Amino acid sequence: MIEISHVNKWYSPTFQVLTDCTTNVTKGEVVVVCGPSGSGKSTLIKCVNALEPFQSGDILVDGTKVNDPKTNLPKLRSRVGMVFQHFELFPHLKIIDNLCLAQEKVLGRGHDKAQAKGMQLLERVGLKEQAQKFPAQLSGGQQQRVAIARALAMDPIVMLFDEPTSALDPEMVSEVLDVMVDLAREGMTMMVVTHEMGFARKVANRVIFMDRGEIVEDAAKDDFFGKPRSDRAQKFLSKILSH
Amino acid sequence: MNYNWNWGIFFQPNPMGTGTYLDMLLSGLALTLKTAALAWVIALITGSIVGVMRTLPSKGANWFGFAYVEFFRNMPLLVQLFLWFFVLPEILPRAAGLWLKQLPNAPFWTAAIGVGFFMSARVAVQLQAGISSLPRGQKMAATALGLTTVQGYRYVLLPMAFRIILPPLTSEFLNTIKNTAVAITIGLLELTGQARSMQEFSFQVFEAFTAATILYLLVNAVVVTAMRFLERWVAIPGYITGK
Repeated sequence: MIEISHVNKWYSPTFQVLTDCTTNVTKGEVVVVCGPSGSGKSTLIKCVNALEPFQSGDILVDGTKVNDPKTNLPKLRSRVGMVFQHFELFPHLKIIDNLCLAQEKVLGRGHDKAQAKGMQLLERVGLKEQAQKFPAQLSGGQQQRVAIARALAMDPIVMLFDEPTSALDPEMVSEVLDVMVDLAREGMTMMVVTHEMGFARKVANRVIFMDRGEIVEDAAKDDFFGKPRSDRAQKFLSKILSH
Repeated sequence: MNYNWNWGIFFQPNPMGTGTYLDMLLSGLALTLKTAALAWVIALITGSIVGVMRTLPSKGANWFGFAYVEFFRNMPLLVQLFLWFFVLPEILPRAAGLWLKQLPNAPFWTAAIGVGFFMSARVAVQLQAGISSLPRGQKMAATALGLTTVQGYRYVLLPMAFRIILPPLTSEFLNTIKNTAVAITIGLLELTGQARSMQEFSFQVFEAFTAATILYLLVNAVVVTAMRFLERWVAIPGYITGK
């Protein structure tokens, strides 16, 4: 579904953020990307739907080359759901209108159909009652669930999560993870940048560990948690799992 | 000081045969409002376009926006009006220049366009600041949903940016109204121009300019009040805009 091969990205000639990253996510797979901050994991996931440009290498999503100038990027992006660290709901739109905007403007769905789809997804994430409110009137956890529903409303073929719980208060993390676990169990293809190792243990098929712009470890979940092959991954794990 | 106060002067007939002196001032006020309204429309439209250009990723658009703003804000308004009014017809091809000079209401159109472009540079800077103040993730979220750049601005960025810059835009609107007074120098008989003629015909300088002052204050009080209502009307529930 997602094929990343030999991706290199520089912010300036002397500052390389991604070095020869190669991996893939097959259909129905849940891949967790972890690593210390500044390791390039958020940058890598943003390259997948071309929110960040990269200088060399290739990324294919469902057979479409992301870095081909001829690719219709808006169309490709509309099929790739993305959830951000800071939710990024549109503050001037009601919750239901946040869900309808792209359905109507990008997919060309009629207003009634978009509304029905939006309400159905809000019900799914347990926020049907909040449909007429504005984002600023919701808690962080609720906003992130809305953001997930907004991405799902586009009927994505794959979902990208960029640290979806790291801006949340601790008591709100689980409500968001619950939605993501359900999604994973239903067979959604997911690439998730997160430090939530509990989530990784529960639903990930593979775990990718990145450090300093490189993919250091790319292993099946049990192998990764059983015995990481690299020192750097071991150190990282010992730090975040020690408490 | 030997000055004959005469507040009754407003109700005496003016020497133009167009009614009383008050009628004269009110016709000036009407022309001020017409000029300011047209100038503000020009300022808002071109200022918005240029302001957006300054935030686009395109280098060419940035450069154009930069050059436009610096050109129109770095020259005194008075000089700009003279350029439009006296210089432009001379440097155009003869036929076009002649047509310009013979245009009926030439001072009105020149003033509206001159003040409009002058103010548009200021609107552009405000809007650029408003757009830049939005979290970077907003644009990313719009892009990730498949919205095109135009749609992203139209449905996501601009509705928020304009809400944020509404208070400073109010000041710019007031400045537009006040700046039309400069058009007296190209022979536009707006409010200041009429106050000046009233002084010349009647020698009642204090009465004339007291009346003009009060009329300006009244108009601007109405604008400020109207903008307050507009701010309240477009306010987003739960969202705090720096207040």
